[in-house]
Amino acid sequence: MADFDHSNKGHDHTHPHPLQADHAEPQTREQFLGLALNALLVEKGIYEPEDIQRTIEGIEMVAPETHGARVVARAWVDPDFKVALLADGFAAVKSLGLDPGYAELTVLENTPNVHNVVVCTLCSCYPRSLLGRPPAWYKSGEYRARTVREPRAVLQEFGVAINDDKEVRVHDSNAELRYIVMPERPAGTEDWNEDALAALVTRDCMIGVAVPKIRTHNSKL
Amino acid sequence: MNAGQRYDLGDRVRIDDRREPRHHRTPAFVKGQTGIVTRVCMDQAKPEDVAYFTMNGPRVPVYRIRMMQCDLWPDYTGKPDDTLDIEMHGHWLQPA
Amino acid sequence: MTQPVDPIGPHDIGGHIDRDHGGAVDRAEHDYAHWERLVDAIIYVLRDKDVMNDAAQLRVGIETLGDDAYARMTYYERWAASTAAACINKGIITQTELDAKIDTLMAEKGLTP
Repeated sequence: MADFDHSNKGHDHTHPHPLQADHAEPQTREQFLGLALNALLVEKGIYEPEDIQRTIEGIEMVAPETHGARVVARAWVDPDFKVALLADGFAAVKSLGLDPGYAELTVLENTPNVHNVVVCTLCSCYPRSLLGRPPAWYKSGEYRARTVREPRAVLQEFGVAINDDKEVRVHDSNAELRYIVMPERPAGTEDWNEDALAALVTRDCMIGVAVPKIRTHNSKL
Repeated sequence: MNAGQRYDLGDRVRIDDRREPRHHRTPAFVKGQTGIVTRVCMDQAKPEDVAYFTMNGPRVPVYRIRMMQCDLWPDYTGKPDDTLDIEMHGHWLQPA
Repeated sequence: MTQPVDPIGPHDIGGHIDRDHGGAVDRAEHDYAHWERLVDAIIYVLRDKDVMNDAAQLRVGIETLGDDAYARMTYYERWAASTAAACINKGIITQTELDAKIDTLMAEKGLTP
């Protein structure tokens, strides 16, 4: 399982994913602009460096495994919670002690008849309070342009084939609503505990570009 | 412009295709398209206002509108039942 | 579509697969560089401090960068530029101050501004 923990461990820069080569250290004026802006805003007393540090730390504490996946796993095991979640995602997530974000949260249930996938064509709106920062591909021109128009082809590239008799429903997240997809609970997990179930629900499942997979050698029962 | 009109679940609506020089959140590919209201969401401030720091403008209803992909794209290569849902602020909608 | 509708701006690309965005989705995962995390955080802090109150105020700055700039710049470069423009418009900083600070920071790293 990929490790999404990006917390800054002092000077230990062991990252699970490489930094994009041309982004790692700022080189150009455009890349220094953010650093310059930060320096000026601190100089002018708009905020303190601690405000930035605290914000980054708060952002990095949110991961799909510990946040979004918990919501889905709870809905899988608790039918009353699932009903509440589908009716009012914001309130239901709050009831778990999690931050639903500042926008209206809608949970999209995958069923035998419908597969949901989420995109923001205009920018990159994403349920950050449950999934952390979006992956670069979610913000890419290709994902934003193609998912609304040829979703099945995009899903195929991500390794998901949807049957002909199942509807693909694309959600363009363009106002102050945020979405996560609740994937279908895989068969054979009826006796699994919540932690094991949550481990099946990846970030990509909750965007809608993956479905939960039970590894045949999975020893997480 | 019927900013004040309220729609109900199941209402058929058309998304305006008017020109709007200000910031707005109606993508080109849905302008002029028709769909069904599938959810009534919370009222929101208009993006046309808040983008320019007008925070006390009138709030408008927001709806989720469902459209058929075959209607949106003449060359759609998916399946006939495939759909697309998008949020739409009330001031961008007319009855269809 | 019965008739083509003009995009709002360079960001309005839903369905535009016959322009630049018809290729495969690049799924490579990357950690965010420190300067990108910083830009990301600045936006939240400015909202906490009521300097900004809505993401729309920053989206509009990105949408009006111009087609070439939008295409050329990366995601957080666009956010940084938009946030800086908003701060300049609000009179918090000036373009001159910003340019000078960029020059200084680049020189400190031995880079030619």
